[in-house]
Amino acid sequence: MLRYVLKRVVIALLTVFVLATVTFFLSKLLPGDPFMNEKIPVSVQEKQRAYYGLDKPVIQQYFIYMGNLLRGDLGTSIKFVGRSVRDIIGEFFPVSAKLGLIALSFAEIIGLLFGILCAQYRNRWPDYVLMVFAILGIALPSMVVGPLIRYLFGVQLRWLPVGGWGKTWQQAIMPAFVLGLGTIAGNTRSMRACMLAVITQDYVKTARAKGMSPVRVVLKHELKNSLVPMLANLGPMIAGVLMGSFVVEQIFVIPGLGKHFVNAVSTLDYPLIMGLTIFYGAFLVVMNLLVDILYGWVDPRIRVK
Amino acid sequence: MLNRNTCPDFTPISPDELTGEEMTRPETTYFKDVWRNLKKRKTALASLFVLALLVVMVLAGPMMNEYNYYSNDYAAANQAPSALHWFGTDTLGRDLWTRVWVGGRVSLLIAILATVIPYAIGMLIGGISGYFGGKVDMFIMRLIDVLMGIPSLIYDILLIMVLGSGSIATLVIAFTITGWLGSARTTRGLVLQLKEREFVMASVTLGASPIRIILRHLLPNTLGIIVVGMTMTIPSVIFAEAFLSFIGLGITPPNPSWGQLIKEASEVFKQYPYRFIIPCIFVGLTMLCFNLLGDGLRDALDPRLRS
Amino acid sequence: METSSHLLEVNDLAVSFFTYAGEVQAVRGISWYLNKNETIALVGESGCGKSVTIQTVMGLLQSPGRVTGGSVRFEERDMLGLSAKELRQLQGNRMTMIFQDPLSYLNPTMRVGEQIAESYRLHHKVSRSEAEARVLDMMHLISFPEPERNMYAYPHQLSGGMRQRIMVAMALICNPQVLFADEPTTALDVTIQAQIIELMNSLKEKLNTAIVLITHDLGVVANMAQRIYVMYAGKIVERGSAKDIFYRPKHPYTWGLLASVPRLDADQSRDFRYIPGTPPDLLNPPKGCPFAARCRYACRACVSSIPEEMAFDSEDHRASCWLYHPGAEALLAAAERERGMQR
Repeated sequence: MLRYVLKRVVIALLTVFVLATVTFFLSKLLPGDPFMNEKIPVSVQEKQRAYYGLDKPVIQQYFIYMGNLLRGDLGTSIKFVGRSVRDIIGEFFPVSAKLGLIALSFAEIIGLLFGILCAQYRNRWPDYVLMVFAILGIALPSMVVGPLIRYLFGVQLRWLPVGGWGKTWQQAIMPAFVLGLGTIAGNTRSMRACMLAVITQDYVKTARAKGMSPVRVVLKHELKNSLVPMLANLGPMIAGVLMGSFVVEQIFVIPGLGKHFVNAVSTLDYPLIMGLTIFYGAFLVVMNLLVDILYGWVDPRIRVK
Repeated sequence: MLNRNTCPDFTPISPDELTGEEMTRPETTYFKDVWRNLKKRKTALASLFVLALLVVMVLAGPMMNEYNYYSNDYAAANQAPSALHWFGTDTLGRDLWTRVWVGGRVSLLIAILATVIPYAIGMLIGGISGYFGGKVDMFIMRLIDVLMGIPSLIYDILLIMVLGSGSIATLVIAFTITGWLGSARTTRGLVLQLKEREFVMASVTLGASPIRIILRHLLPNTLGIIVVGMTMTIPSVIFAEAFLSFIGLGITPPNPSWGQLIKEASEVFKQYPYRFIIPCIFVGLTMLCFNLLGDGLRDALDPRLRS
Repeated sequence: METSSHLLEVNDLAVSFFTYAGEVQAVRGISWYLNKNETIALVGESGCGKSVTIQTVMGLLQSPGRVTGGSVRFEERDMLGLSAKELRQLQGNRMTMIFQDPLSYLNPTMRVGEQIAESYRLHHKVSRSEAEARVLDMMHLISFPEPERNMYAYPHQLSGGMRQRIMVAMALICNPQVLFADEPTTALDVTIQAQIIELMNSLKEKLNTAIVLITHDLGVVANMAQRIYVMYAGKIVERGSAKDIFYRPKHPYTWGLLASVPRLDADQSRDFRYIPGTPPDLLNPPKGCPFAARCRYACRACVSSIPEEMAFDSEDHRASCWLYHPGAEALLAAAERERGMQR
């Protein structure tokens, strides 16, 4: 187990290193210059460049950047003058994280439940109804569903607030639903598939030969074995919710980190883009690492491999 | 059973005369079998039909009226669907019928190119990795492990910014750089299983070159599963294109794509909901059909799920 | 035909699988019985219907499989008429089963001790610790190494032979009347095979369990079964005591099976034989003897109609073959000459 965890940790560290390096050099290739402004004299522009350390050779900049990174310094935003990227993450990430967590947890529970129902009632009406829902959930991306339900429940019916964050809990309902929809749909489908794969396994026959009732067979033998491969999906699910937050925060006017990332892209705020990219990347790497470790813990066969 | 009165015929019979009785079940090849299974799945067939229809419309649709997708006509701005403009017009008076189909052309082209190219590259790398094994495999797999950890959509954003946003080529290149990992891993797994099989052993002993074995024997046998994977990837590329358009990194106006149309329309959703809903329907329909087709293909290929 | 004093009695059982291509008649009217404390064997190639037979008897047959005729009686009760709940009270308790590949038939994410305990706790209202004590007794009984430690192992941590011992313990923990063993040694090394056979024989004595052994390997049968049923293409082609089958086999298929058992005391190159060809497709079973197409001694009668079963030296030794029909003496003589030469 220890060896397994160690190997995962090494891969994760390497990934973060590659991530930071690639991000740095890609950002050097970015076209456009955030200091280019005809109203500002060239000498001032030079000073600004020097302030951000952009006048030094690229290799030197790289080492400075990596050094700062090790100390947790992600640089300073250009548009939010004087604010460090770390500050911005500290202020806005909790909002995104809270929304993401709400969306993910309710989506996981509902998705797994739907998947189990589908597999147990395969090719009968509960399966069909839920699969139609699941397929629709996958086929309708958040930028489609978001504006639609916002218009329906927020503008027309006025049941829920159209946007904003932090005043009432109702504000979280629509964004969390839109954000979780893809996850519910994906989970329903993969849980169904995982469980169908388990149902045909020989050890399920053994369990039945012991005289167990169908419900008991599901709970004691099928469930855990189908949840194991589902764990591997958790990483991509988290990534999906993260990406979804870019769109959802835009639609529902939520002051989260995703909204800032999109704004940084449109305003060419390079340090912020770099910092957020590395942060998001590292965040997902850590999440995947945790999922991997959990996976090894749940499935005793993984550890020996 | 036996009629005691008539004496049975005990003359010996040669084995040749008997063989005719065997093999009464109709013979099926792999692909016939898959097709037979697919044919039974009505949803998959219907999806295939709808997709074919969409492709035809995307090609022929813009030619069905006299408008083009880029000419502004301020006199005709913001019209609702009518006999003249079947899907209405946008803020600049451009005909939406034409824009939807031209946009579909762009979206589908990106989706297909950004699926097929990365898959082809991934298959080749995966094939090499699985076939040679050892250090090559070790290196490629660790590389994939590391790269897999990087969230692809974030890198697509960076890459598109570097490459200059706006063209089909940029999007396809960005998706290719980040998209080959999954298919490489899948192919490697399949090749590892396949290379132990007799027909591969046979051609190795006959002295076929590794590249020939990979291209002629190994990769074709992974195609079934890979095609299913591709069918499932296309909708996610369509999604990614729409996503990038939504955050302002997609195809540059005046060129339309479905994502671009959705983004434009979402800003005036309250006033002109049909502008939003029409491209959404096509995006949803396309993603739905590819998903259903992929499901059907996967089930048709999976011997466990065959009835 | 038989009196109902038997523990288990199968009469004219027929099972079909309804597939896309049509009805596959996997079992086509077979009858056999099992007495208390007895070991019998159903022998035949894969696909001859032996596994389907015991799945049906145990009530584990799944769709698209369906019983199309016949009856199964266990301790005077009609098994095919039982409700699902009544069946479950028998399964794993009065009648249990050991499968071929112990790795795939054990739950990979459950400790083996727990898997053994499961059926005991299911059929006896006992506490966890009582069940655990019973598991330890059972593991001692089958002389499992270090039971206190190994009951907490996962299946993949044990060797093939150990895993099969776990299966045996699992099947016997409730003291069943009947144990079905479906190819219990096929997936194991030869040396381990002998151990498992010995284990099953000794446990049978200790626990008074009757065993129905299913195998394609007559070598395994020789050390275990008192009576043997030879199955081919969903039918029983010959049955008799182990002595009858080994020393006085009557059916050409039985001859073939016996000849394909490797023997150490004979010239390998000459005596190791296989039966050429493949069994018939049961989607369209041949109207004559199913073995005719592979039989060296086949005649026209074999192709046109199914031979009736006849009794030989004892009432219990029966075979279905046209060679023993009056009128086929010449053929039989030729066949026996040829077999004599092969010896």
